[in-house]
Parts: sequence; C-alpha cells; structure tokens
Amino acid sequence: MSDNVVDLRKVSFSYGTRAVLQGVDFTVPRGKVVAIMGGSGSGKTTLLSLIGGQLKPQAGSVEVDGRAVPNLKRHELYALRRRMGMLFQFGALFTDLNVFDNVAFPLREHTSLPEELIRDLVLMKLHAVGLRGAFDLQPSELSGGMARRVALARAIALDPMLMMYDEPFAGLDPISLGVIGQLIRRLNDALGASSIIVTHDVAESLAIVDYVYFIGEGKVVAEGTPDEIRASQDPYVHQFVHSEADGPVRFHYPAQPYRDALLAGANA
Amino acid sequence: MKRSQIDLGVGVFVVIGIVALIFLALRVGNLGGEKIQNPYEISAYFDNIGGLKVRAPVKVAGVVIGRVTDIGYSKDRYRALVTLKLDGRYEFSKDTYFTINTSGLLGEQYVGVEPGGDDQDLQPGDQTTHTQSAIVLEKLIGRFMIDKAAESGDQK
Amino acid sequence: MKTPSVNPIQRRGAWTVDSIWRLGFAARFFFSLLLYSGQSLRRFHGLTMREIYMSGVLSLVIIVVSGLFVGLVLGLQGYETLQRFGSSEALGVLVALSLVRELGPVVAGLLFASRAGTAVTAEIGLMKTTQQLQAMDMMAVNPIARVVAPRFWGGVIAMPLLAALFSAMGVFGGWLIGVVLIGVDGGAFWSQMQSSVDFRFDILNGVIKSVVFGFAVSLIAVFEGYDCTPTAEGISRAITRTVVSSALAILALDFVLTSFMFRGN
Repeated sequence: MSDNVVDLRKVSFSYGTRAVLQGVDFTVPRGKVVAIMGGSGSGKTTLLSLIGGQLKPQAGSVEVDGRAVPNLKRHELYALRRRMGMLFQFGALFTDLNVFDNVAFPLREHTSLPEELIRDLVLMKLHAVGLRGAFDLQPSELSGGMARRVALARAIALDPMLMMYDEPFAGLDPISLGVIGQLIRRLNDALGASSIIVTHDVAESLAIVDYVYFIGEGKVVAEGTPDEIRASQDPYVHQFVHSEADGPVRFHYPAQPYRDALLAGANA
Repeated sequence: MKRSQIDLGVGVFVVIGIVALIFLALRVGNLGGEKIQNPYEISAYFDNIGGLKVRAPVKVAGVVIGRVTDIGYSKDRYRALVTLKLDGRYEFSKDTYFTINTSGLLGEQYVGVEPGGDDQDLQPGDQTTHTQSAIVLEKLIGRFMIDKAAESGDQK
Repeated sequence: MKTPSVNPIQRRGAWTVDSIWRLGFAARFFFSLLLYSGQSLRRFHGLTMREIYMSGVLSLVIIVVSGLFVGLVLGLQGYETLQRFGSSEALGVLVALSLVRELGPVVAGLLFASRAGTAVTAEIGLMKTTQQLQAMDMMAVNPIARVVAPRFWGGVIAMPLLAALFSAMGVFGGWLIGVVLIGVDGGAFWSQMQSSVDFRFDILNGVIKSVVFGFAVSLIAVFEGYDCTPTAEGISRAITRTVVSSALAILALDFVLTSFMFRGN
C-alpha cells in the first residue's frame, strides 16, 4: 500500500452538463499538509466533497487510506468518516448546543464513554484551541474566529487521521487568521494526521503547508512546494500569488465587444 | 438543568392532552354514560322509517335502552327492516309496540318502545310487526290541506 | 431581458417535470425518514422528548386560547340559530359535534402548522444553510436520523393531544357562553350532548383525523426544511410553502377522511 492517505486518479465530475473537474490527479502523503488553491468556483470544494464521499465522481478513482470511497456502502463510508475531520467554511456549529456540547457531540454519538471522561476529553480539545474558558458559551456569543476554533476542536474530537479545511481563513481578521493557521499546522503534527486546506488565501497558506495544488477550470494547472509556487512563472499562478486584477483569469465577464454594446444602445 | 425542564413541560403537556381526551370521551361522548349490557337483537318491520338513522337511540319511557344497528329493506314484505340492539336487562312482551318518533319538532328520530301485556316475551332474534311508522311531515301537511279545502267547500 | 425565450408550453412542461421530480424526492425522503426512525425511538428521551416540547408544549397557549374563542363563538352563533327553532338545549350537541368531528382537528392542525410546522422548517432550513446538516453527515451522524426523524415523530405525537385539548377547550367555551352566560339549562346541555356524541363514531374518528393531520403537517414541515434552497430567501420561501401546503393538505385530507367516516346512514 502506498503511503498516501488520499489518492485521486483522473477524477472527473460535473453538475449536469457543467464540468467542474476534468481528469484531476491529487495525492496527500501521510503526515503532510496540502493546500488546494484556485479562484472561486474552480471546483476546490467539490474536491473535498469527493474525498468525503458526499459526491461520487463520474470517472476516475478516489481512494482514502487505501479504500475506494465511491464504492463504499453507507455504513462503511460512515466508519471511514469517523476517521476524518472536517472544518466547514463558517464552522457550522450546532446552534442549539453550547460550545461544550458541540465538541462533545461526536464523542457522545460515536462512543459510549462515561460522562466524566467525555468532560475531560472535551476540555482537552478546547484547551488545544485555547478556548477552555468558553465552554459554556452559546455559538451566537462567539466571534467568527472563536467559532472556527470551536469547530476545529469538534473536528479533532475523535483524533482523525485526515483533516479537511474548507476555506478556514475566509472572513477572519489578521490575528484570528494567524491563530487558525498555526493551529492547523500544530494540530496536524501533534495528531500525526494529514491535512487538506482548501483556500484562496495565498500568503497565509504558503507559510504553513508542505505542498500546493493549483486548480483552474477543473484541471490541476500547477503544483509544487511553497517555494516552487512562489517562484513559478506560470501566468495563472503568478496572477494568483501576486493578486493581479487581470491575467489568465479575466477581469471582465465574457461579453460582446464594449464598443458594439455602447453603439447598440445608441442606435436603439 | 434544561433537560429536566423539558421533561417537566412534556409531562404536563401529555397529562393535559390525555385529560382532554378523557373529558371528550366521558363527559362529551357517551363512553361513560349509558352502557348497553348483554345486548340482544330484535328486528322490526316498519311501513316507513322516515329519517331514522343507524345508531339512533331506542327509548322506553324516555330512557335509552338500545340502539339501531341496521336498516334494510325486505323484498318479501315490501317494508323496511330495522335491527335493534337492546339492553339484556330489559325484556319486552310479544305485543310491544315499536314506534318511530321525533324528539322535538326538528330533532333527531328515535325508536320508542311501548310495552304491551302479553305473557310471552320477545326472544333474541325475533321479528315483530307491531310497529308504527314515522310521521311524515309532508303527508301530514297534505292531509291538513285537503281537510281545510273540504271545510271551506262545506261552508260555501 | 436575459431569460431564454421559452414558450408557455415548454415552461409548463418543465414545471411538470420538476414537480414530478420533487414528488419522487419527497417519497424517497419519506422512505428514508421511516427507515432511520429507529434512533428517535431508541433515544426517545434524549431526542424526541425535546421535539415534543418544541412542537407541543410551546403550542399550548395558542391552542388553548384559540380553542376557547372558537367555542365561545360557536356558543353564541349556535344559540342564536337554535333558539329560533326553540331547541336551544341542542346547543351542547352542536358545539360538541362540530368541534370533535371537524373544527378540533382542522383548526388545531392549521394552528399547529403555523406555530410548530414553521418553526421546524425554519430550524432545519437554517441548519442546512449554515452547513450544520452537512457537518453532521461528515461526522458520520445521519442527519435524517438525528435531526429530521425526531422532529417528525415529535409532531406526530403532539398533534392529537393538541387537537383533543382544542376540542375540550371549545366545549368548555360553548358551555361558558350557553349555560353560564345565556342560561341554557346545564343538564340538557350535557345530556343531549352525551346522547348524541358517540365515542367510536365521533370522538375516535376525530382523533384519527388529528393523527393523520399530524403526520401530514410534520412531514411537510421537515421536508420543506430539508429541501429548502440554502439561502435566507430559500428559508423564508420554504416556511411559506410549509404553511400553504399544510393548509391545503389538511383541508383536502379532511374532505377525504370525512367522506370515508361520515357517509350518512
């Protein structure tokens, strides 16, 4: 068995007639943090859904820990998901439970541990994200960054082998952003897990990841270590890393020529 | 904690709901009241049952002692066949009269029982023709009109 | 305009196909709801209890008050009409029969849909919009078993109790107007009621109706929540659809059930 936790081969996926992914190869070596970058709507989140088994590819193979995800039965898939943690874009905390119960949720659903032990485990997880003191707050009382950290504590409650982060940096202030970034790296190394970060936050993720995939228009357009990416001459990557307004990704939505459009209005 | 508060609320709710059901069953409905014990059935032929319905009460001296369980038409006798379920505690003589009455002018119709004096009692499953049909309002009015017309004819 | 030029027939066809597709999805949803109901029964105390509280206990006030007022109005109007025919003692019969057979289940069902049904739709819709359902699924917890089924069964259990309470309050209201305020004879009020209201025929059929309505409203509420477009606008539209579909379902089912149960004779 290879030492890749996640192994995607020639994966294609489309919603109806709109192709989202076309022949994507993607691997996550054990113990590494891998980033998937790309513009909005380039199929990054779809890739996570494929790995988590929420979607099935039309072609290609998706393997997680050596098991072909699309062929798993429901209970096998659930058994696999217990070993995955996922952080959603805005945390997705359960609004009717407080912080403690949110983190305790996976433990209570999947284990029959005594309540004292669950209490200790939850406090340990909360301590790891620095929010032990906030255990009795309601999700509505948390700031965006805190909610993200609670969700992170919940995602690692069952000590997963694979962590997936969907836009973990979206909408955070610079301090929270740094905190989350450091947590992702530290937890990955402490848990001995492997991580996938879907993001378009270039600077923050290049600082913490081991390997980067760039996805554009459903294909892997570039890949490499952070240093290689920074030095890349690929026009798409260059535009992305240096956040230029115009480049291979056009500023203008496809339209008829500007001149024609204006003249058409004048003639009407 | 919150948990026990929910339990308390649900407990109160279920109790209130069940009390409401019992109230409906006993106080509003007839589950608690009149009970027909050891029922037996009698069939009665009527010329006309008017608006009698299945489940209409059977009363003797105003006391409910049974229900109408079935209404049919007898092809042989050209009459309505009404099956009555009567309380086993009460027995009636062979010449007992069964009538169809109306409670109030527009009230529901019921079967009235007027006990007779025969030595022999009606047995379960017996059929009786000692009946009086329902008063049909239209016939009554029709007769009244004819009488009136005849009267005014006399006066002329 | 940007809308592709589609003629009305094509639009009609697309709408029909879409509706059938949705109906199929609803059927599949209902099937998996039943399939994954085991947990809400096994963990009744932990899961379903809360939903009975949310749907039932929190609807108590509106049901009690509305039931009372409907009874008061029935008492007034019924007396007004009956006394013209000199049979005001039949007020009890009128109030009790109309409540137990029709108004109790139907009005309680409509109130239940707008109080509890909308709350369930909004809650599930919000959980979907904020990716809570998806997060649950990724935590290997089936959202239908954990979120949808308990809410469904909570509603199914709460609804008949609420309808019974509504009818009881209505009869009480009718009694209040008729006997206490207007002065109809109390004995005649109750005795006529009791001799005309049959337990099996009237009350049990009313309870059956309320159970059916509870099923329908709860299913519509959880389905609309689960199926909503995950945006704020989608939730508000789902809530509207819950009220409209529930009302239609209740009235249509009421007609069907009534024609089966009370066929004259």
